[in-house]
Amino acid sequence: MAVPDEPGGPGWETTAPAAPVPAPRPPAAPARTRIVLAEVRRGSRADRTRSELTQQTRIGDTLVRGLVRAQLALALRLSLLVLIGLGGLPWLFAIAPSLGRTTVLGVTLPWLLLGVVSFPFLIVVGWAYVRLAERNEQDFTDLVQRPER
Amino acid sequence: MSNGYVVPAIVAVTLVTVGIGFYGLRLARTTSDFLVASRTVSPTWNAAAIGGEYLSAASFLGVAGLILKYGVDVLWYPVGFAAGYLALLLFVAAPLRRSGAFTLPDFCELRLGSRRLRTLATVFVIFIGWLYLVPQLQGAGLTLATLTGSPYPVGALLVAAVVTANVALGGMRAITFVQAFQYWLKLTALAVPAIFLALQWQADARPAVTPPDGPAFRTATTVVVEHHAALTFADGTIREVRPGDRLDFAAGDPVPEVSGTATKAIDWLLPDTAGNDDRGLFGTYSLILATFLGTMGLPHVLVRFYTNPDGASARRTTLVVLALVGLFYLLPTIYGVLGRIYTPQLLVSGQTDAVVVLLPGAALGDGTTGRLLAALVAAGAFAAFLSTSSGLLTSVAGVISTDVLGHGSVRGFRLATVIAGGVPAVLALNVSGLDVSQVVGLAFAVAASSFCPLLVLGIWWRGLTDLGAAAGVLVGGGAAIAAVLVTVLGPPLSGWPATLTAQPAAWTVPLAFTVMIAVSAASRRRAPADVGATMLRLHAPDSLRL
Repeated sequence: MAVPDEPGGPGWETTAPAAPVPAPRPPAAPARTRIVLAEVRRGSRADRTRSELTQQTRIGDTLVRGLVRAQLALALRLSLLVLIGLGGLPWLFAIAPSLGRTTVLGVTLPWLLLGVVSFPFLIVVGWAYVRLAERNEQDFTDLVQRPER
Repeated sequence: MSNGYVVPAIVAVTLVTVGIGFYGLRLARTTSDFLVASRTVSPTWNAAAIGGEYLSAASFLGVAGLILKYGVDVLWYPVGFAAGYLALLLFVAAPLRRSGAFTLPDFCELRLGSRRLRTLATVFVIFIGWLYLVPQLQGAGLTLATLTGSPYPVGALLVAAVVTANVALGGMRAITFVQAFQYWLKLTALAVPAIFLALQWQADARPAVTPPDGPAFRTATTVVVEHHAALTFADGTIREVRPGDRLDFAAGDPVPEVSGTATKAIDWLLPDTAGNDDRGLFGTYSLILATFLGTMGLPHVLVRFYTNPDGASARRTTLVVLALVGLFYLLPTIYGVLGRIYTPQLLVSGQTDAVVVLLPGAALGDGTTGRLLAALVAAGAFAAFLSTSSGLLTSVAGVISTDVLGHGSVRGFRLATVIAGGVPAVLALNVSGLDVSQVVGLAFAVAASSFCPLLVLGIWWRGLTDLGAAAGVLVGGGAAIAAVLVTVLGPPLSGWPATLTAQPAAWTVPLAFTVMIAVSAASRRRAPADVGATMLRLHAPDSLRL
C-alpha cells in the first residue's frame, strides 16, 4: 500500500499548497517518514482460492458445486417438510374423515389448521431457511478466505 | 345502495396513489430509476411493496367470496398464495437477484444465451400479465357497480386510466412507495372492520355459522339473481333462475340450496373425503401445486426482486413478505365465515365476490359506523385493484419496451405502458363472465407450468439447454394455456375433462419439468460453455465480491 500524501513523504516541501483541507501544519520536524518499497501481499492464499473460483479451475469448480449442492439439499429438505406437513392434509382428511370433524376450541380442525396454523408454520420454515442458507454461505466464505482450515 | 362515504373514500385512495406517484416522479431520472428503482429500496419498504402489489382483487375480494361459497376446501387458496413465497424463497430469490437480470427474458438470455428463448419468454410474460390484468379491471368495474350503481365500464376504465398514467409518469420508483402504502391500507381496510364484525357477532349472541337447519335469512331480503342456477327450496321444489330474476324472502326463511355451491352445512364445513369424489382431491392438489409454484413465475412478482441490493437482502425481503402476506390472509376467512350468517343472499344471487364490500353494511346496519367501515373496505378494494394492476403493468411494459419496441429509453417505456394498459382495458370491456378467482388461478397455473421449471432448473441444474427450456415452456405452458382457453371460451364440460382443464397444474407442471429435463438431456451438447461461471455468479455469497 503506497502512502503518497503523508506529510513528510517525497515532495512534501514543494507541493504542500495543493492540499485542499487547511489542516494544521505539522511541526517543523516530521515525526516519521514512511518509504514503501513493495506492497506486502496479505491473504495470498485467499486470493489464490478466489482466482481458482473465477477462473473455473477444477478446485474452484468443485467448491462451487459443493455450495450449490448444499443449498439445493437444504431447499429440498425444507420443501419436503412443507410437502408432508401441509400437502399431507387433504389426503389425511380424505382417508380419515373423523379427523376432519374433530373440534379444537370450538373450531373444526381443518379450519384451524388451514385458516390459522399454516401461516406461522410457513413463516417458521422460511426463517429457518434464511438462517441455514446464510450459514452455508458463511461456511463457503470461510473456506475461500482461509483455505488452510 | 346509497352510502355517501364510498365515493369520497375511493377518490381519496386514487388521489393519494397519484400523489405519491408524482412525489416519486421527482426522484425518477433515468431508465434504471424507472425499471428497478435504481436498486436502492430498503428491504422493509420493498417487502411492503411486494406484499401490496401481490394482494390483488382475488385476495381482497375473491378469497372471502370463495370461502362463503365453497367452505373449507378453498382455504387452500390463501395458504397457497402465501406458500408461493416460501417456494420463491427456497429456490429462486437470492440466485435470481445475483444473476443481475432485469426481467425474466433477461434471465433466459443470461443463463442460456439464446435470443429465441428470450422472445418466447417475452410472449409468456405478456400473456400471463394480461391474463392477470383483465380480472383486476373487471373486479374494479363490478365493485364500483355494486357500491355506487355506476355502469360497469366506469370502474374498469377508471382503474386502467389511473394506473396507466401513474406507471407511465412515475415508473417503478413511484410504484414502490405507492405499493408499500397500499399494503398497509389493505391490511387496515380488512382488519378494522373485521374487529367490528367480530364484536357485532358477539353482541348478536354468537349466531351459529352452520345452524342445524341450514342458513337462514336474518332480515327480509330481495335477491336479484346474477348467475344462472338451480335453487332447491326447503319444501323440495326446484326452481331454475336466470340473471335478472327477483326473489323475495321473509326474515327467518331458510336459504335455498344453490346448485354448484356448498350450501349444505356439512359440505361447507368439512373437507372432501375419499371415495366420495376423487376429482375434488385432484382439484385440491392441482390448486396447491399451481399456487405454491406459480408465484415465482408471475412477472410482476419477479421484477421486484431486482430492486434488492444483493442476494442476501433479496432473501430477507422474501421472508418479510411471507410474514406480511400470511398476516393478511388470516382476515378473508373471517369475512367468508361471517358472510354465511349476515349475507346469505349472495349465495342465491351468485355475487359472492361482493361479500367483503357488503358485509360491514349488512352486519352493522345503516348507521355511521357501518357506512364508514363499508367505505374503508371499498377504499381497500380499490387499493388492491390499483396496486396489482400497477405492478403487472410495470413488468409488462418493461418487457414490451426492451424486447418488442427495442429501445430502453424513458419515452419508449411510456409508449409501452400505454400499449400494455390499453389492451387489457379493451379486453375487460368486451369479455364478460370471467370469474375473478378462477382466472387468477389459471394465471398461476400457466406461470407454474412455464416459468417455474425454467427458473428452478436454470438456477440449480447445469444440464439445462436452450432447446430443453424452450420445449418445456412450449409444451407445459402451452398445455396450461390451452386449458385456460378451453375453460374460458370453450363449451361447458363435466366430469374429468372439466377438472383437468379447470385445475390443470397437477398434470401440466410435471409435464413441463419432464419435457425440459428430457430434451435438455438429449441436446446435451448445446449446454452453454460458460455455465460454470454463471453458477458461480448465481450462488457465490455476496460478501466474497468475486
